[in-house]
Amino acid sequence: MAEVLQSISNSIDPYILQIFVNIGIAIILALGLNLITGVTGQLDLGHAAYMSVGAFTAAIITINLNLPFSINLLIAGTIAALVGLAIGFPILRLTGDYFAIATLGFAEILKVVFLNLDITNRALGLSVPPANTTIPMPFYVWMITILVIVGVTFIQNSRFGRALKAIREDEIAAETMGINSTRYKNQAFAIGCFLAGIGGGLYAHFIAYINPSDFAFMKSIDILNMVVLGGLGSIPGAIVGASVLTVAPEFLRFMSEYRMLVYGALLVFLMVFRPNGLLGGVDFRKMVLRIFFGKKEKKPNVTIKAR
Amino acid sequence: MFLQQLINGITLGAVYGLIALGYTMVYGIILLINFAHGEIFMAGAFVGLMMVTVFKMNIFLALILAMAFCMVLGVVVERVAYRPLRNSSRLSALISAIGVSIFLSTLALLIFGANAQGYPAQTFPVSQIHIGPAEISTLQLLILGLSAVLMIGLELIVHKTKIGKAMRATSQDYQTAALMGINVNRVISFTFGLGSSLAAAGGVLVGLYFNAVSWNMGLMAGLKAFAAAVLGGIGSIPGAMLGGLFLGIFEIMGVAAGLSSYRDAIAFAILVLVLLIKPTGLMGRKIQKKV
Amino acid sequence: MSLLKLDNVTIRFGGLIAVDKVNLTVEQGEILSLIGPNGAGKSTIFNLITGIYSPTEGNIYFEDRSIGSKKPYHLAAAGIARTFQTIHLFNNLTVLDNVLIGAHTRGKWNVTGALLKFTPWVRGEERELTEWAYDCLERVNLADKADELAMNLSYGAQRRLEIARGLAVRPKLLLLDEPAAGMNPQEKATLLKMVKAIRDSGVTIFLVEHDMKFVMSISERISVLDYGVKIAEGPPEAIRSNPKVIEAYLGKGAVNSA
Ligand SMILES: Nc1ncnc2c1ncn2[C@@H]1O[C@H](COP(=O)(O)OP(=O)(O)O)[C@@H](O)[C@H]1O
Ligand SMILES: [Mg+2]
Repeated sequence: MAEVLQSISNSIDPYILQIFVNIGIAIILALGLNLITGVTGQLDLGHAAYMSVGAFTAAIITINLNLPFSINLLIAGTIAALVGLAIGFPILRLTGDYFAIATLGFAEILKVVFLNLDITNRALGLSVPPANTTIPMPFYVWMITILVIVGVTFIQNSRFGRALKAIREDEIAAETMGINSTRYKNQAFAIGCFLAGIGGGLYAHFIAYINPSDFAFMKSIDILNMVVLGGLGSIPGAIVGASVLTVAPEFLRFMSEYRMLVYGALLVFLMVFRPNGLLGGVDFRKMVLRIFFGKKEKKPNVTIKAR
Repeated sequence: MFLQQLINGITLGAVYGLIALGYTMVYGIILLINFAHGEIFMAGAFVGLMMVTVFKMNIFLALILAMAFCMVLGVVVERVAYRPLRNSSRLSALISAIGVSIFLSTLALLIFGANAQGYPAQTFPVSQIHIGPAEISTLQLLILGLSAVLMIGLELIVHKTKIGKAMRATSQDYQTAALMGINVNRVISFTFGLGSSLAAAGGVLVGLYFNAVSWNMGLMAGLKAFAAAVLGGIGSIPGAMLGGLFLGIFEIMGVAAGLSSYRDAIAFAILVLVLLIKPTGLMGRKIQKKV
Repeated sequence: MSLLKLDNVTIRFGGLIAVDKVNLTVEQGEILSLIGPNGAGKSTIFNLITGIYSPTEGNIYFEDRSIGSKKPYHLAAAGIARTFQTIHLFNNLTVLDNVLIGAHTRGKWNVTGALLKFTPWVRGEERELTEWAYDCLERVNLADKADELAMNLSYGAQRRLEIARGLAVRPKLLLLDEPAAGMNPQEKATLLKMVKAIRDSGVTIFLVEHDMKFVMSISERISVLDYGVKIAEGPPEAIRSNPKVIEAYLGKGAVNSA
């Protein structure tokens, strides 16, 4: 089995394969953040920090213990979730922008701490040996990506997910309906961080070299852009956003140094002309209904409310 | 050398305060974290540098031109990237601001290259003045003096002029202000212009002080100045200055205490602590939500 | 035993005393109305009962247990539900989801349940909750709108949805804050029947309303609040002719000229 997969992945153009893997990882990260920001409505400006916790945890485990990769990733995710909880618990009671600023602050602190720890090899970063698994990385990543997509779909369409959406829509009304918003926000945050940790672990082993500066503010913003671009709270949106933003720089590569210039301008344009994201307000179930039965509906418009 | 560190800290803090003013004014009026503000600060530093190196201008003239340039830049950015989004989600506006920030810093990278540049040595004659065991440079005096003047000027504009009154009304209640016949668009443009010119002054001063101007100087300075604005109580003008001074002093003291590799974390650690203890900042008001 | 009892309840906002030493009871199975001029403190009393605010002084008892310091979500679980004066629906969610969220306390599966979504236990619970949600929607004539987004409903329908969402909590006590506001006479007549039917199904009703015709025809008892102070209480006929009440509503001098 493993040999078959290996030969398949050997037969694909490594450049294409690399983009493909990056998309899978981006989807995992975006879906985790989507749960926190899109579904629960808590703007997290430091998601890359939890990714870095997972990346370094997984790398250190492989270097020192070489545990099987699946166990390694579970530990990395769990540690990221615990760090997330330790940070989330005090700050999730802050409202709106104050929460967002606190996530940003903690992410910067975490980055600086990692830049100063021996175990992360300080500013030099870590070389990550190959993961302890016989399955080739691309298949491994996509296996997990699909698991994550299924998992978050289940979560969003459950009693638990409804409670999260209620908190996003109107926290006071949600509490009056018996929802302990503090508890649910913490749980959503922990799950989002868990996914960030898994994504980080995969990233570390795929890239094979990690540095705390890889997970700086701009990385958090990249992930946030994926979620917002796709449309807050929407799983297909996050998937499309993650794919587009991973592939776009490749298409813009011919512009070499002008790439980031165009990227910045594109963000502004997209927001001005599609402020709710590419797929914002598109309900896929309704879309199917509309296509087949010609039903037309007003679109939902998920936003983060003022104050 | 406590006194010396205090002087250095206050100097740095005054600059953070100048940048923080722009954040606080904009947030006070349209509740937007203007992430491009750090890049305006960077642009100001570059424009000042160009005026001095290319056009051989006097530093004060260069400073004024940098402020004028950034005033226009700030107004344009608001028109293009924020105004169309005024009625959409605040997150869209935030992402748009991030887009502007990426755009401006990349533009600077393309124009000026990746290496930091410094103001020529003779731009501003620096000499040291001794006060007891410590010394303060003429440049530090310039920074402190200019910050104080700009700060007082701003207070006068906000409290003594008609447009200032309109600004205060708009930040109290945007909708009501519009209903009362205040031209909200003009007020917002004015706020951006004012805040941006202060950031430009901060940029020129920082460029002189650290003798380094680079395309990516806006991000960290912007984040820290924003932290200063929150620290002081977002929306409060004296708060922004106080928050800046507080951060500057703590940062320098931290470095002096041997935490230099944690330098960038100090500002954020203070920020987080303040948020946890008093989320509305040092001078912010508490608002209880009505149901 | 009274279902709900406010014992000398006071709340201050800075210098303002919004509710001032109010004593009040709601009896099992009745319809009690709270009336009073704007700003009298009626909504604040609802916020106190539902745990959004805590009393500065005094205490509140629900089924003889002190609830003055409980959180809103405790009170929903205890059996208190409400609607809001300004509509607080979950706008971007469907009508059915709104009511399912109201039924939150009736379910128990959380994160694990989400991941075990396809198992019979979780599916069974989800089916039960959905059936219950449809029951609640039927009682306010909204079952046919279950798949619409809450924000697309008409104003009157949104008010009814808030009631359905409250009913989904399966409350012992339902608080309605100006349920008829913004409704036309026809809608009000329908609402009147709905509220009576809800009471007849065993839910005690405590409501705030400005429409006097509505209040007079639905209430068994009425309490009157003015500047945070309870100034009168009694059956509708007595309240209608109470001079203090007339004065509170029409100002001094009105009593004599009336
Ligand atoms: N959270 C709050 N902060 C300050 N004042 C409040 C708050 N909630 C209510 N009030 C004040 O308490 C008084 C009573 O308000 P309310 O209960 O809404 O009156 P109503 O009887 O019209 O429902 C009003 O003066 C209102 O402004
Ligand atoms: Mg009211």
